[in-house]
Amino acid sequence: MVDPAEEPISLVLFSGTEDRLTAAAVLTAGAAALGRPVHIFLQYWALDAFRANRINERRPLSPEAGPEGTAAVEQMRAAGQQPWVETLRMAKDIGEVDIQACSLSMDLLQLSADQLDPIVDGVEGVAAFYVNAGGGQVVFI
Amino acid sequence: MTLTEPNIAATAKVTTLDARALKCPMPIVKTAQAIKTIASGELLEVLATDPGATADFAAWSRSTGNELVEQTIVDGVYRFVLRRK
Repeated sequence: MVDPAEEPISLVLFSGTEDRLTAAAVLTAGAAALGRPVHIFLQYWALDAFRANRINERRPLSPEAGPEGTAAVEQMRAAGQQPWVETLRMAKDIGEVDIQACSLSMDLLQLSADQLDPIVDGVEGVAAFYVNAGGGQVVFI
Repeated sequence: MTLTEPNIAATAKVTTLDARALKCPMPIVKTAQAIKTIASGELLEVLATDPGATADFAAWSRSTGNELVEQTIVDGVYRFVLRRK
């Protein structure tokens, strides 16, 4: 039996909004700090955010942010919160974080692997994603 | 209790990580990085102000097996002392 502390955590990133990407990066970094492997599966608008030419761009927030939420996010950014991609890079640096693009979403966005930022480790289908998730939790963001 | 207490300070080398003002999950992320830079049995002192720090450091210690030797709060600053396993 796998020690629960070492069970992988699998995150499906669907949304390409900056708040959700930030939340996902925080969850990833926390798991990596605990020594838990993290598998990230990029679908739809999240995958779009990982294009090499867009990964450093500011993204829109979720609709529920509203003006007040937008101001709060701006304030945190001004206080020095690093961009979500830097948090993800740090997570990869300290732990075992594997980032895979969903092959269907690659087709949808008409992307080839060389158009993705090198932080993405590869392209896989949903079967490979589930097999790699094993008995660990799957979180959809 | 403070870190300068002889029984702690005299037993092992202490490295300090200043994680004050860092927001979640950075104190834990930096701690995970820093613990790798010290030898087994040595101590890492971490200063943090993140409100989740007490719960996070207890959980991190339990999960990674690095012992939480000491924890205090002084003027809103949490101080954790961890011994690398």
